[in-house]
Amino acid sequence: MKIKLRNPSREVELPGRKRVKDVLRELDILPGTVLVIRGADLLTADEVVGDGDELEVRPVMSGGSATS
Amino acid sequence: MKCRKCGAGAVIELPRHNAAFCAPDFQEFFRKQVAEAIRKHKMFTTEEPVLVAVSGGKDSLALWDVLIETGYQTAGLYLDLGIFDYSVESKARCEAFAASRGQKLIVESVAESVGAGIPEVQKATRRPTCSACGLSKRYLMNRAAVDHGYPVIATGHNLDDEAAVLFGNVLHWQMDPLARQSPALASTHPKLARRVKPLYRLSERETAAYAFLRRIDYIVDECPFAKGATSIAHKQILDRLEEASPGAKHNFLFGFLEKARGVFEGSEPTVLNECAICGQVTTGEICAFCKLSDQVKRRRA
Repeated sequence: MKIKLRNPSREVELPGRKRVKDVLRELDILPGTVLVIRGADLLTADEVVGDGDELEVRPVMSGGSATS
Repeated sequence: MKCRKCGAGAVIELPRHNAAFCAPDFQEFFRKQVAEAIRKHKMFTTEEPVLVAVSGGKDSLALWDVLIETGYQTAGLYLDLGIFDYSVESKARCEAFAASRGQKLIVESVAESVGAGIPEVQKATRRPTCSACGLSKRYLMNRAAVDHGYPVIATGHNLDDEAAVLFGNVLHWQMDPLARQSPALASTHPKLARRVKPLYRLSERETAAYAFLRRIDYIVDECPFAKGATSIAHKQILDRLEEASPGAKHNFLFGFLEKARGVFEGSEPTVLNECAICGQVTTGEICAFCKLSDQVKRRRA
């Protein structure tokens, strides 16, 4: 499967069928810090993805403001 | 994974609530959390106009979307920070959102008010970039609200933002900021608009999911100056805690708001004056924004 990552933008490929949570573990990404997107859908951590899938792992963190 | 409410396939799991939701039920959950924030802190009513500070990012556009959908009278306020392509793209997102919903968007430029965009302002001061930017934004937000007749400003600060600010303030025992940290700040002067944060009950993953499910075209890339910011480091630490113990951020922030904040409140209210140069509110004689503008002008002279 092809996986698009951001900040910085890059693309990686992972082989095989696996759950989203295992994909994130392989990429060393905490599940609570990203949305995992396939096309127009959000995927939960137990969703199985595999060859032919194109995923986007989109970070959700924003900010930089010193105070609120 | 199944939706807790209807049993259909879930699109998002929320470990801190031990729940998962389908897309429609998640959006309902999201709107209810915003409604509860507004109700609990008496943020505003449907009878008064609300100025929504928008950056083009997920939080502020999600907030504006919810408020429009709920029937509040809103206008957007975009502050053009002059940060290269990032500002160009974020402004375009705000303009497109406002046009698609038939809403008014007020645009204020930092460069026009200070004499230079944020990159140059930062060079003219010893402040960290995010500090000079935050100061400028708070000043311009309030000035725009007062000038355009909006009694309240709503910002897109979420649970993660608030928990990270609290973490930073606790690390340094910043007593005054701890006393002031609240989802709703009252107006204590005729020239000071109320400031409210209706997303404080929602995590940034939840606001990102809401924005995605609502097909809001927001700017995903980070502000180029945010890299290495202290608040980002604090968020990363809290993310590790949250992963090990879901609900940690919620408990940290809500525990502070409900049990500890009052301890930091002083008995003497802060006295506000009008700045001798610009007339906006300040605790001193000259406001911090005018001092900043003066530094920029002297550097450019």
